[in-house]
Amino acid sequence: MARIVLTGNLQLHTEGVSELELDVNTIRQLMRQLSTRYPGLPADFEDEVAVSIDGTIYQDDWFAEIAPDSEVHLLPRIGGG
Amino acid sequence: MTDSNKTPSGNGTGNGKDYKWVGTRAVRPDGVDKVTGRAKFGADLHLPNMLVGKVLRSPHAHAHIRSIDTSAAEALSGVKAVITRDDFSDQPKGAVQPAGEMTINYRDMVRNVMAREKALYEGHAIAAVAAVDARIAAKALSLIKVDFEVLPHVIDPVAAMESGAPIIQEDLMTEGMEQSPGAMTNIAKRVEFGHGDVAVGFAEADVVIEREFTTQPVHQAYIEPHACVASMTEDGQGELWLSTQGHYVARGHCATLLGLDVSKLRVQASEIGGGFGGKTVVYLEPLALALSRKACQPVKMAMTREEVFRATGPTSGAHLWVKVGATNDGRITAADAVLKYQAGAFPGSPVAQGAQCAFAPYELNHVRTIGYDILVNRAKVAAYRAPGAPIAEYATESVMDEIAGVIGMDPLEFRLKNAPKQGSQSSYGPKFPVIGCIETLEAARDHDHYQSPLKAGQGRGVATGYWFNIGGQTSATLNLSEDGSVALVLGTVDVGGTRASLSMMAAEELGIDLDKVRPMIGDTSALGYNMLTGGSRVTFAGGIAVVGAAQDLIGTLKDRAAKFWDIPVDDVEWAEGEARATNGYTDNMQPLSLQEIAKDMAKTGGPIVGAHSINAQGAGPSFGTHVVDVDVDRETGRVWVTRYTVVQDAGKAIHPSYVEGQYQGGAVQGIGWALNEEYIYDDKGRLENAGFLDYRVPVCSDVPMIDTVIVEVANPTHPYGVRGVGETPIVPPMAAISNALANALGIRFTDLPMSPPRVLAAIKAANGDATTAS
Repeated sequence: MARIVLTGNLQLHTEGVSELELDVNTIRQLMRQLSTRYPGLPADFEDEVAVSIDGTIYQDDWFAEIAPDSEVHLLPRIGGG
Repeated sequence: MTDSNKTPSGNGTGNGKDYKWVGTRAVRPDGVDKVTGRAKFGADLHLPNMLVGKVLRSPHAHAHIRSIDTSAAEALSGVKAVITRDDFSDQPKGAVQPAGEMTINYRDMVRNVMAREKALYEGHAIAAVAAVDARIAAKALSLIKVDFEVLPHVIDPVAAMESGAPIIQEDLMTEGMEQSPGAMTNIAKRVEFGHGDVAVGFAEADVVIEREFTTQPVHQAYIEPHACVASMTEDGQGELWLSTQGHYVARGHCATLLGLDVSKLRVQASEIGGGFGGKTVVYLEPLALALSRKACQPVKMAMTREEVFRATGPTSGAHLWVKVGATNDGRITAADAVLKYQAGAFPGSPVAQGAQCAFAPYELNHVRTIGYDILVNRAKVAAYRAPGAPIAEYATESVMDEIAGVIGMDPLEFRLKNAPKQGSQSSYGPKFPVIGCIETLEAARDHDHYQSPLKAGQGRGVATGYWFNIGGQTSATLNLSEDGSVALVLGTVDVGGTRASLSMMAAEELGIDLDKVRPMIGDTSALGYNMLTGGSRVTFAGGIAVVGAAQDLIGTLKDRAAKFWDIPVDDVEWAEGEARATNGYTDNMQPLSLQEIAKDMAKTGGPIVGAHSINAQGAGPSFGTHVVDVDVDRETGRVWVTRYTVVQDAGKAIHPSYVEGQYQGGAVQGIGWALNEEYIYDDKGRLENAGFLDYRVPVCSDVPMIDTVIVEVANPTHPYGVRGVGETPIVPPMAAISNALANALGIRFTDLPMSPPRVLAAIKAANGDATTAS
C-alpha cells in the first residue's frame, strides 16, 4: 500500500489525519478514495493540489502511476512567475 | 499526431553527449526584429476605425462606491462607449476554477478588473471609456461622477491582522483556521508545513538565533506597460492582441468575464517587453473587449507607467520571523519561521510557496513554517519570479549566515554540511529527486570569486536559493515545407529565448541545420491548449513537446521513405537528417534527405506534419548559490555591488547565453529589491512613487558584470536533462547582499530595502554600539 502524506491545510478536512496508507494505482484513484473517506474535503480540492510521487511532482495528471511502495505527498498547487 | 503524457526519449541523453545544436550559442531568431524596431509589442497594432480606451481609477485606497453617473461622458461627442461594473455580470460565490497555473476565483477577478461595491485600492478601475482619440477619452473620464464614501484603509500586513483593523472584504473566511461565525478578518489563509518537532530540535542546539525581518512590495518593473487591442463583432466573435505571458490563459479569463464561448475569442500574443510573472493576469483586456462589444469598433488600451504602478500587481511586502538552532560543529538542529505576506485587496499571496521554499536548501529533522495570506488596501499581488521564495529565503538565509558566523564556520561549508541531496526529505515534505544543491555550493566555494581576497572595507556574502519549477499543458507542431525547411509553431509566449531553445531541440532531433527551422508563436486557434509562460516551464515542457513533435514527424518521414523504397518501415532509420535503409536493404538504396522526401511529399501521401501535445510532469527543481562583494560609502550609505557571481543548476543549458541572461537578470532584479525598490504610501494609502524616477530599479551603472557558472545536473525526466532556470536566480540576492553588508559593516540589516538613508542611519547607530539596524 502506498504511503500518503497530506501537507498544508488538508488535514483540517481529514479529522486531523495527516498520514495514511491506501491501495491505489493512480492519482485519480487516490483522489476518489480520499474524497470517499473524508467527505469534508472540498469538492474541488484536487484542483488545488500538486501530488509528489516518490519525489516527482505532478499537477493535473489523473493517470500518473502510484506503486504499492510509493511515498505520495499532497502539496499546495505550484505556480510560478 | 501523438498525444501522450509519456515523455518522448528523443536523441538527448542528458549531459555528456556531443550535440550539434544543443548547448551552442546560436543566433536568436527574434534578434533582427528587436534591434531594428520591427518587433510588434502590445501597443504596436493599429486597426481601421480603432478607438482609444482609457480607465477612470479610484483616488481612494478604500471607499464604498455609492453611485457612478456616466451620462455626461456618454453625451460627449466622439465618445463611443462607456462601461462600469454594470457591464460585467457578477460571478458566483465560490466560482473557483482551474485556469492557467493556479485556480482562479472569478468573483474576485471580476471585482479586480472593475470595482463593484467598493474601491479596494488607489488605482482600482471604476469605469472605462472608448473614444475616437485620447484627448476625448480623457475628457470623458473627467465627466464621470463617482460618489465615494471614503473608508479607513490598511497597508501594513501586521496592522491588517489586528482586531479593529479596517476590513477589506466583509465576507472573508480564513482558510486553514478555525474562525467564529461573524468574526470579520483580513487573514485569508493560514498554511503550515514541516516535520519533526522543533522544540526537540532547539533543545539539541548549542546556538539559537531568532530574528524578525520586513520586506517591501516590489514591482516586476517590466519595461513594456500592459497594452492590448480588442475587436468584437456584432455576431459575438472577438479577436484580442495583447502583451501577455499566456494568451490561452488570457482567452479563458476574458471569455469567462464576458460570458463568451472560449473558441469565439481568438487571441494573439504580441512580442513582450518583460513580464516576470506580472503578465500572467488580465487587467485591461476584459475592459477593451467590453468597450469594443459596446461600440462595435476595435479598441486599443495601454497603461501609463503610473497606472502600472498603481493598478497592477507587485509581489508581497512581508513581515517575517525566523528561528534557527545549530550545534557548534555546524549541524542545524531545528528551523522555524512565521511568514506574513500581503495579498493586496484579494486573497492570493504566494505565502504557501514561500513557506515551502523557506528552508528547502537544508536537510532538516525538525522544521516548521507557518504562513499567513493577508488582505490590505493595495493592488492584488501578481506573480514575480519564484513567487514567494525570495521573500522567505531572504530571512532564512540571513539567519543561516549569522549562525554560521557565530559558530565560526565558513558560510558555504555550513550550507554544504546541511545540504539536501537525492532522497533527502525536503523541508516541505516530499523526498527530493535528482538535485544539484551540493554541486552548486561546491562550484561557488571553488570559484575564483570566493577564493579571491577582498579590499579593505569590502564585504562578501553568499546565499542559496531554491525553486520547484513546473511543467504543464503544452502543444507544438512542426510543418514540413516543400523545400525541406520546417515551420515550428509554438503556443508558449517567448519571454526569455524559448523560440531559440525549442528550435535547437527540433533541429537536433531532426538532424538538420538550425536555420532550416523557423519558429513562430501561433494564436489560440493554431494549436491545442498551452499553459502560460511562467514557473520556468517552457524550455522544459516545450522541449518535451517539440521532441515529441519531431519524433512524430520522423515517423512519417520514415514511412514515406519505406513506401518509396517498398520496404518495411522497420527497416528504415533516421539519422543526420536523412532516411537510411537498414537490414540488408542498403545496397541499392541511397539515403533520402529531408529535402528529397519533402519535394515528393505530394506523391507519397500529402503534407507532412509532426505534432505533440503533453501535460508535462516531473519538472526538475533548481538550486542556485550567489556570491557577492559590496563596498559601502560610509558618508552616504550608498552600497556598491563590486562583484557578483551566480552559480546555478540548469540541468542542461540548451542555449547557454540565454541561461546566463536569466541568471544575470534575476541577480540584477534582486539587487534592486535589496538596495532600493519599495512602495511609498502617504497617510491616505496613496502611492507616492509611481514612476521610475522615484521607484528606483537598477541601471547599468549600478551593477557590475554579473559572472555566471552553469552547473549541469541532468533532470532525468527531460530528453535533454533540462531544468527551468528563470525563477531561481532572483531568490538568493537579497540575503547574499545583506550578508555581504553584515560582513563589511558588522551590522545585520533586517529590513528591505537597504537604501542609502537606512544604511547611513545604521552606520551612525552602530557608532553608538548598535548591532542590528532597522
